[in-house]
Amino acid sequence: MKKILFPILMGLSFSVFAMNANEIVSKAEQASYYQGQDGRAKVTMNISDGRSRQFVILRKNFGKDQKFYVYFQRPSDVRKMSFLIHKYMQKEDDRWMFLPALDLVKRIAAGDKRTSFAGSHFYYEDVSGRDPKEDKHELVDTTDDFYVIKSTPKKSGSAEFAYYKTWIHKGTFIPTKASYYKKGDKEYRQYEALKVQKLDGFQTVTEAVMRDLESGGETKLSYNEVKYNMGLEDNLFTERYLKNPPKQYLK
Amino acid sequence: MLKHFFLIFLFSTSVQAQSLPEGLGSTIEENFSDFESESPFVFNGFIDGRAGMRTQDQAYQRDVSILETRLHTDVEYEGRSFTGRISADFIYDDISKDENQDFETGKGWMDLREAFVSFRPFDFADVKIGRQILTWGLGDLVFINDLFPKDWNAFFIGRSEDYLKAPSDATKLSLFSDLANLDVTYMARHDASRYIDGSRLSFFNPSVMSPMSEFDPAIDAMERNAFFTEDEVALRLYRSFGSTELALYYFDGYWKTPEGQSAIGVAYFPELTVYGASARIPFFKGILSLEMGYYDSSESNDGLNPLVRNSEYRYLIGYEQELFSNFTANVQYYVEQMDDYDVYLNTLPVGMPIRDEFRELLTLRLTYMLMDQKLILSLFNYYSPTDQDGYVRPKVSYKATDAMLFEVGANIFWGEEDRLSTGIDQQTTFFGQFEDNTNVFVGARYTF
Repeated sequence: MKKILFPILMGLSFSVFAMNANEIVSKAEQASYYQGQDGRAKVTMNISDGRSRQFVILRKNFGKDQKFYVYFQRPSDVRKMSFLIHKYMQKEDDRWMFLPALDLVKRIAAGDKRTSFAGSHFYYEDVSGRDPKEDKHELVDTTDDFYVIKSTPKKSGSAEFAYYKTWIHKGTFIPTKASYYKKGDKEYRQYEALKVQKLDGFQTVTEAVMRDLESGGETKLSYNEVKYNMGLEDNLFTERYLKNPPKQYLK
Repeated sequence: MLKHFFLIFLFSTSVQAQSLPEGLGSTIEENFSDFESESPFVFNGFIDGRAGMRTQDQAYQRDVSILETRLHTDVEYEGRSFTGRISADFIYDDISKDENQDFETGKGWMDLREAFVSFRPFDFADVKIGRQILTWGLGDLVFINDLFPKDWNAFFIGRSEDYLKAPSDATKLSLFSDLANLDVTYMARHDASRYIDGSRLSFFNPSVMSPMSEFDPAIDAMERNAFFTEDEVALRLYRSFGSTELALYYFDGYWKTPEGQSAIGVAYFPELTVYGASARIPFFKGILSLEMGYYDSSESNDGLNPLVRNSEYRYLIGYEQELFSNFTANVQYYVEQMDDYDVYLNTLPVGMPIRDEFRELLTLRLTYMLMDQKLILSLFNYYSPTDQDGYVRPKVSYKATDAMLFEVGANIFWGEEDRLSTGIDQQTTFFGQFEDNTNVFVGARYTF
């Protein structure tokens, strides 16, 4: 009896009490990129070489698909430039950029998402979220506070890293740290959440840093004026608002 | 000692990995106050200095191609009910310093680029009234349905690309619905392009069968400035189907450049009506653009009037893709097909250079961003296989700081010569005629 019960209990405890890596990653994705039905933040990026950017980002969920509106306020040479991103699970994102000096709405070819966002150390993909299906996830460690996940690209060579590790906080599923490694386990890039606040009922990272360990450069990011579930209209995410920014959400 | 240090180092990194960020898991609900009320007035601008030289000596132009400093100022009012904006350039231009102030051509000490108010009278409508920059259509530095004024002088002498667009004095009404969106743009009088008149760039003038330069009297086309009778309207009807964007265009007004000559030999802007369409579609790993237009030049009288440019069809297919990280390529194939070509051949005055029925143009744009996007290498190349001419625009831009930009670039024109009836060999094609204007320039811009 004892002999039979033991394996059954083992199996039970595993499925009830332990989450597998994919579930953890999926919850972390939800906590990082999908909080609420919609949201707004005023973002400041300070790059270690002295440059800085300030923009407002609006986001709305359409199931797992999402739409983003980004409006630049600083520096003044990109002031009033705006971006529209329609992010899809099943196909490449649609992206547009508005250049006010030319009154030009330019469609941007979906490119390498692992290149600098607005000249900072954050990548485009760090801002809009990396599709968890791109990687194979393993739970490599569980501490009192964290799940430690190791993620390896399914298609080798599809990203500049060999793998990355994420420290996901158990209580909130907020990734508080991510380390990117090249072949030979050499860590070269590191993300760290510096401050978390509970806003409109959602645990939100409001300060974070991305470090380039090879060059020594880093970009600090802070989120201000965060609001969730504002009831953003669908049509905010169209060409009309690229050209005429929705003042009520930017001011 | 070293061992201890190593241990401390190990310890500290492991602590860093394990420690909780400030506030994580806190149950205290926080709230950001709404944005602080800022002044509704915003002031921005830049100072831009540029110098450039022609790369070849020639008798009929100065060596200096550009030598100017401009202070660009933007004053904006963002109120609850409307937005207003005035942007003006105050210019010291060593080459055109003797020109009289002209708010249409931008010559003189001031170029008023924008002066408008915009507001939203209804949920479904936006209105913008006043001097404004207008753009539509899909071509990259090639225009079919964008019949808003251009400044070709600025483009060819090395001002920043923004200055290719000249302002329009217009009322723009934009209507939005789920079915489709409509832009209606009304210009109370003809807005001409800032065309090549010989005052900055030499060109081939077929009516005198010779090059025209700044030392000749500039082409002074008869202006169409009668309000409400010499007016123009431009429409765009557009909508998206999924990721595909479709648009229809209509324009009724006048050629933007003086494409006609009166019986006494004075250049003027003939009537023009344009019907067009475009589509933009994600394709393969990039974006595919298709655009076409029919230019109905009614005063050419189906080609019978040799003094007015014929009607024509214009087609464009373009494709843009990021080839590798931070390196983007754009290729376009563009065709102008002259309508009533047989009639044109029959009515063309004896001795005039003969245009082809088809003018084909290939363009290639390469953009490479380096050093966290601080350094941008770019190249734009126009090549016409039918005219056997071309125009290359290489440029290096370096953003030393958020405020400070440095640029070095060139405008290189080339073309094959034709033997004119006067016995002289001369480039007469669109880009070829500018060959002696080939120039290099440097620029610096401080933004505030």
